[in-house]
Formats: sequence, structure tokens, C-alpha cells
Amino acid sequence: MSSSLLLLLQAPSTSTLGTANPVSIAMFFLFVAVTLYITYWAAKKTKTGSEFYAAGRNISGFQNGLALAGDYMSAASFLGIAGMVATKGYDGLIYSIGFLVGWPLIMFLIAEPLRNLGKYTFADVVAFRLRQRPIRIVSSVGSLLTIAFYLIAQMVGAGGLIKTLFGLDYEIAVVVVGCVMTLYVLFGGMIATTWVQIIKAVLLLSGATVLVLLSLAKFGFSPANLLESVSTQYGQEMLAPGGYITNPFDALSLGLALMLGTAGLPHILMRFYTVPDAKAARKSVFVATGFIGYFYLLTFLIGFSAMALVGKPAIEGIDKGGNMAALLLAEQTGGTAFLGFIAAVAFATILAVVAGLTLSGASSISHDLYVHVFKHGVSDEKGEMKVARRATVALGILSIVLGLVFKGQNVAFMVGLAFSIAASANFPALLMSIIWKRFTTKGAVWSIATGAILSLVLIVLSPTIMVDIMGYDEAIFPLKNPALVSMSGAFLMGIIVSLLQPEESAALKFESEKLRTYLGVGAE
Amino acid sequence: MQTMTPKTQTPHEILESPDFKKLVKKRWSVSLVLTFTMLVVYFGFLLTVAFNKEVLATRIGEYTTLAIPIGLGIILFAWVLTGVYVFWANSDYDTSVQNLKDKIQ
Repeated sequence: MSSSLLLLLQAPSTSTLGTANPVSIAMFFLFVAVTLYITYWAAKKTKTGSEFYAAGRNISGFQNGLALAGDYMSAASFLGIAGMVATKGYDGLIYSIGFLVGWPLIMFLIAEPLRNLGKYTFADVVAFRLRQRPIRIVSSVGSLLTIAFYLIAQMVGAGGLIKTLFGLDYEIAVVVVGCVMTLYVLFGGMIATTWVQIIKAVLLLSGATVLVLLSLAKFGFSPANLLESVSTQYGQEMLAPGGYITNPFDALSLGLALMLGTAGLPHILMRFYTVPDAKAARKSVFVATGFIGYFYLLTFLIGFSAMALVGKPAIEGIDKGGNMAALLLAEQTGGTAFLGFIAAVAFATILAVVAGLTLSGASSISHDLYVHVFKHGVSDEKGEMKVARRATVALGILSIVLGLVFKGQNVAFMVGLAFSIAASANFPALLMSIIWKRFTTKGAVWSIATGAILSLVLIVLSPTIMVDIMGYDEAIFPLKNPALVSMSGAFLMGIIVSLLQPEESAALKFESEKLRTYLGVGAE
Repeated sequence: MQTMTPKTQTPHEILESPDFKKLVKKRWSVSLVLTFTMLVVYFGFLLTVAFNKEVLATRIGEYTTLAIPIGLGIILFAWVLTGVYVFWANSDYDTSVQNLKDKIQ
């Protein structure tokens, strides 16, 4: 490709980003109107606990697969990974591979036993044959910590993104997101949340597909031409691994957090209760993995297209991290109207993800803490639903407050922290309770506490916070993500404590409940 | 609700039956082999990136590097692995589960 042609393809220096775009505003209102109508329809079907927490277990495997993909494809991964590829090249793909490879593990190790043994939360499974109260307390702490950090990252990202997209005030954006998602969860429970996820997943996947097609059209629909353009403009090194991994232990630790953290995210695990049986649970992971994989392929192409067509300087000029790459590319290939569409999809994406997080947080508070800790496992459904709804409102308000408090803070590390806590506090206890007969109550409590505390303490001592945020020259703990140490510690602690003090009743129940684990006999 | 036909077994008998033990054992063999395969592929890739970046930068086309088909291939491979599990579970596992469940009822 000649260089004059390359210049022609470069971005115009002006962008309508940050000004009110009538298409995006119309699209966004349409999305909110449709989803609120769905919430109204879902509200009429949401009376019992099983309907509120698990959509009456009436979601099909395929639908749940789309909804899982919807829960997982956050605005951070859409805009963030495309931006990473657009500014750093191939390294962005290494990052997205880490996010994908956890899904097969969910399938092989967790999905079916989780579906068969549990009711509404993953703590149901951990507590199944152990003493309820201590397990419910620690596992809800694990859940709520994961959700809180994930939620803060999403809310702060949402405020900033909407400000850039629509020119709306950060504060207003945060309040709008908090209020709309609270309405979904409060009135429509899991039924509304699931359909919001499904609509959002379809919009996001089709929007990204169109964006890729429009971009590839400029290269004669040949990815090879696209790579050629990237290589001639920014150097061949953009097409190979660069500086993403310098320390192999760092790579291993982040890899573990991304891979196994996925298998410990409460809002993902909760989705397995919305399908009728283990067979549908398994199908939903297959569908979700396919869509998420396809999505990462799209973000990879979007990133390179943005780099080639919009140009690195233009992208980095608007946002250093490259987060606006996909949007700038949309504007350049499809005009202002298409930018409006993609911007509205990004906004819808945030709404759907925070709704999923809030619902799983509310379930943890009402089902794990209220019923099993305060009411000792006996609860009337009405009381439980009341608490679940109050918890939803409280979490809605909390998410708005956190979004406002953390305004302008560097919260990028919080997603990594959420994954580290999920991989260290939630995943080891869940896995050991499923596969290990001699796992005990004390073992579980120590394992969860060790995973959570090590994650929190080590992240503060890591370069992620000490160097990048606090500005020290060196960090006390060398790894950027603590999962390698915190997850190993959680497994080790769970094993040692369980072996030191055996729990006869738990081991006996492990045998007798195998019919439920493997055959689904008695599953709810 | 249990009906007493000659073939009926109590839950305890099922748990102790060789068929059930075989089922559980096979389920975990399949799962662990697939899990191990995924771990080897993913961490093998990460370690190659860490220690032998140059190999991945090898050109296989005019500009295309080896890293690109490998990276995208891992995504495809992960999905195919979930497909393999679903295929096995739907055909083999579910049949055995149904046979055992029939004996209880």
C-alpha cells in the first residue's frame, strides 16, 4: 500500500466524540425503554425466590450461554482490549486469551456439580456438607469483595466513558447507570437481568461484527492487507509479543488470576442455576465460550483496524490507554450514526454487567447471610424476598456512592484484584468442596480467609499499587497480580487445616450426596 | 417414591455399585485430561512468550507472524475442547446416568 493512500486512510483530526450525538442518545433511550418494558413484564413473573434468583430455572442452555457471554463481555473488555491492541499490538491478544481459557475449566470442573448441588449461590455448594453458618459468612465476604471491586471498576469506567461519549457529566452518568440497573434487578430479578444480558450480547456481537466488516472492507476484506498496513506504519514488532510479559512469574500469576478467577466470579456462577439441569448448564458453557471467543477475535481485528485506519497518535491523543479506539474506528468507518450506535451499545454493556453484579451481591446478602446466618436456615420466602429487594436498593445506592467517591482515581487494578480474590478465595474452596472428601468446615474457612486476605495485602504491597499509584520506586512484593501466591496459599491452607482436624460428618455426607452430584437426583 | 421391582436398587446400593464407581471415575478422568490439556496449552504459550519470543515473531506470510495463528488457534482450541466435553457427556455420560437412575426408580 502506498504511503499517500495510507495518509488518506488516516483519521480526520476532528471527532464528534464528547458531544451529544442524536443517534446515540436515541439508541440509548430505545435500549432503556425496551429493557424497562422487559423488566415490567418480568416483574409480573417474579414472585418466588426461585424466580427472583434463578429466573424460575426456565432459561434454556443456549439463552444462558448468550447471557453468560453478556455478563462476561464488559465495556472494559470491549473498549479496553481493542484499545490495548490498537496501542500495543499483539500483546492485547495475550491478555484476552487469559480471559477465555477459564471457560473450559468452568465446564470440566465446576458447572455440573454446581448446578446439581446448589440452589442460588455458589456458597450453597461449599456449605452443602459443611457447617452452614461459618461457611456462609466467609463465602459471602469472598463474594461481596469480588463484586465490590468489580463494581467500582465498572462504575468509574462508566462515568468516564459516558462523559467522553455523550458529553454528559460524570456524576449524572453514574447516577443514571445506578438507578436504571437497580430498577432491572429490583423489579425484574434474574428474569429481567437475563434478558438484558441477552439483548446486550446480541447488540454487542452484531455491532462489533459490522464494525469489523466495515473496517476490513477498506482492506479488500483481506486480514493480510490489514496486517501489512499495521506493519508498514508501526513496525513488524506490533505483530508479535512485545513487552507485555517481562517476568515469567508475573505472567504465570496474572494467567492464573484470569483463568481461575473466571471460575470464581459469583455473578457468573449464579447463572448456572437459571437452567433446568446439568445438561443445559454444560451446553450454556459451550455456547458462552464460542461467543466470547468470537468476541475476542473481533476485538483483535478492531484493535488492529483502529491502529491502521485511525492511527496510534490520534487514538492516544484522546485517551492514553487507547480506550476510545473502537469508537474512533466506528466513526471513521461508519460515520456519526454508527458511532452513536456503538456508543449506545457500550453504555448498554455497562448497564447489563452492573445489573448482574448487583443481583449476585443481593443474593449473597439475602440468601447466604440473612437466611443461613441470621435465621439459621429457616426463613419464610416473603421475608427473604423483602431482604433481597432491600439489599438490591442498598447495593444500587452503594454503587453510585462508590462511583462518585472513586471519581478520577486509578481503578484499573481493581478488575485484576477482583479476579485475584475470585481465584483465591472463591475458587479453591468451591473446587475442594466438590472433589475432596476430607475437606472440612475449618479448612474452608481458613482457605477462603487466606485467599481473600493474601490478595488484598499483597496487591497493596505490589508494584500495581506501590509503584503505579503510590509512586514508590520499588514494591515490597514483586508480582503485579498476587494470584500465584494467594491462590496457592488458599489451597495449601485448606488442605492442611482439613487434614489436621478431620470432620467425620462432612466425609460421610460426601459419599451419600454423590447421587446428587453425579446423577442429579434431588437437584433443585 | 420407590416401586419394588426386582431391578430396583436402594440409593446406597447404587453408590456401592461398580457401575456408579466407574461412572464417577470416568467423569473425572475425562475432566482432568481436558483440564490438563488446556493448562499445558495456555501456560505453554505464556512461557513461550516469556522465554522464546523470537520463535513467535517468525514470519509465516509476508507480514503475518506465527504468533497470530497460534494466539487465535488457542481461542479456537479452548472452544473445541468444550465441544469435545459436551459431545462425550451427551453421548456417553448421560446414557450411563440414565441407566443408573432407571434402577433407582
